[in-house]
Amino acid sequence: MSGQAFSSVGVRVQVRGLRKVFDGQDVLKGIDLAVEAGEIFVIMGPSGSGKTILLKHIIGLESPDEGEILIDGEAIQSESVREKCRMAMVFQSGALLSSQTVGENVGLYLSEHRLKPRREIDRIVAEKLELVGLKGLESRYPAELSGGMKKRVAIARALAMEPQLILYDEPTSELDPLMAVTVAEEILKLKQRMQVTSIVVSHDRDLAFGIADRIAIIHQGRIIAKGTPAAIRASSDTMIQRFLTAEFTNNSRNK
Amino acid sequence: MFQNIGEILVLLWQTLQALPKTVRQRRKVFDQFFEIGIASLLMACILSLFIGGVIALQTGPVLAERGLSTYIGGLVGLSMCKELAPVMMAILIAGRIGSAMSAEIGSMRVYEEIDALRTMNIQPVDYLVLPRLVAIGCALPMLVVFSILVGWLGGALVSSTNQKIGVPFQAYFSNLREMVEPGDVFNGLIKSFVFAVVIGIVSCHQGLQTIGGPRGIGRSVTKAVVNSIVLILILDYFLTRVLLYLEI
Ligand SMILES: Nc1ncnc2c1ncn2[C@@H]1O[C@H](COP(=O)(O)OP(=O)(O)O)[C@@H](O)[C@H]1O
Ligand SMILES: [Mg+2]
Repeated sequence: MSGQAFSSVGVRVQVRGLRKVFDGQDVLKGIDLAVEAGEIFVIMGPSGSGKTILLKHIIGLESPDEGEILIDGEAIQSESVREKCRMAMVFQSGALLSSQTVGENVGLYLSEHRLKPRREIDRIVAEKLELVGLKGLESRYPAELSGGMKKRVAIARALAMEPQLILYDEPTSELDPLMAVTVAEEILKLKQRMQVTSIVVSHDRDLAFGIADRIAIIHQGRIIAKGTPAAIRASSDTMIQRFLTAEFTNNSRNK
Repeated sequence: MFQNIGEILVLLWQTLQALPKTVRQRRKVFDQFFEIGIASLLMACILSLFIGGVIALQTGPVLAERGLSTYIGGLVGLSMCKELAPVMMAILIAGRIGSAMSAEIGSMRVYEEIDALRTMNIQPVDYLVLPRLVAIGCALPMLVVFSILVGWLGGALVSSTNQKIGVPFQAYFSNLREMVEPGDVFNGLIKSFVFAVVIGIVSCHQGLQTIGGPRGIGRSVTKAVVNSIVLILILDYFLTRVLLYLEI
């Protein structure tokens, strides 16, 4: 990549006693997490276990019923956090603006906040799109893309923000194995280059065990295990082993 | 519906506070403005021609029987600019543009586009509501000017061709000029501006409130249009009273 002067350093994320109730249903039942600056933290768990909701709390889209989320020690709800640190989220569905082109989507953060001149933005957009293997698709509309392509545009859009904290909601779920490897490499590279903090929600065991510094397993709104990939793999907890192998058999059946 | 009025007023207040940012959003304001104009101008003109015509048709013979047919120009002129153009155009725009606004914002809400905007620290009020409100606030009064002029013309056509009325163009317009003052037109424009704000803010609010997939979007559109029209008709009465009191 070109010689941009990256100065961003990842932020520390703390989740303390997070509880959330939707329509009388306990979705998150007291989550405690501490993600260090520059760490890649992978959250695994069956669908419906509350992973997406957890991410939305971390980035401040949902407000907790109990507990708090601190970014570098400051509550996510406070205005100053949003001014100070750039946070990006790659949504499970991509969540691209359907009325705007791919190029406009990727450059949206930079153009809307007037951070760079037009030509510079165009250059960054082209660069990020090339990175996710979508070179030259700037003028397409999201409706003209496949699910996997949308996901990659969403990743490019997050990267264009040069975030200090980046949340990925199942980033490889719709990608072919080759593209999944590219995305995994990119997550790693971001960490190495800029010490970006990454929180990745994924079912993809290859991705999880390949890139994670630490892994947490969430089940029915609770964290049931937390630790390095080696520790998780070696865990004797039958619940975790069942979960990991159950996922494995499911995966192998799908293939 | 009425429990939402507090929320709607809060949204209006937030949008007014964002007004200085209009310059930044000018491209979107222009886009919205032309969308409203192109979608509605022809329809507005046709509608107004017939509204002006039907008033002449209904009142003309009654006036003629009593020898008052010279007043037809003023009667059509006043009812068009003070009441019918603002109200009918507002209802037309609520149906055409209010529905589109709530559908568009509603689908952005449902498909997490608004969440995505918020993660980029882009405020939905600045980015979505403000340009729409400014655009409709400018476009509707301009549309009403067209509507008034075409409505007058419709009245003149009917008055001059209908044998029971038989008021020629010239007599019609000279009576209209005599009875309609600039203040009467201004009166209609004030009304239409208020209606535009109502349509814009109610539709955007409803869009932002959307939950639950395509059916939710459908419900939002219906609510936005119905609530806008109800509010317009209620406000019309009170606005008329206020404007009469102020003698504008
Ligand atoms: N806006 C909402 N309203 C009510 N329930 C919700 C909402 N969002 C998520 N839920 C519920 O929360 C639970 C966890 O959802 P989610 O975090 O999306 O799961 P996943 O781990 O598959 O990402 C699900 O049971 C879902 O039904
Ligand atoms: Mg999910």
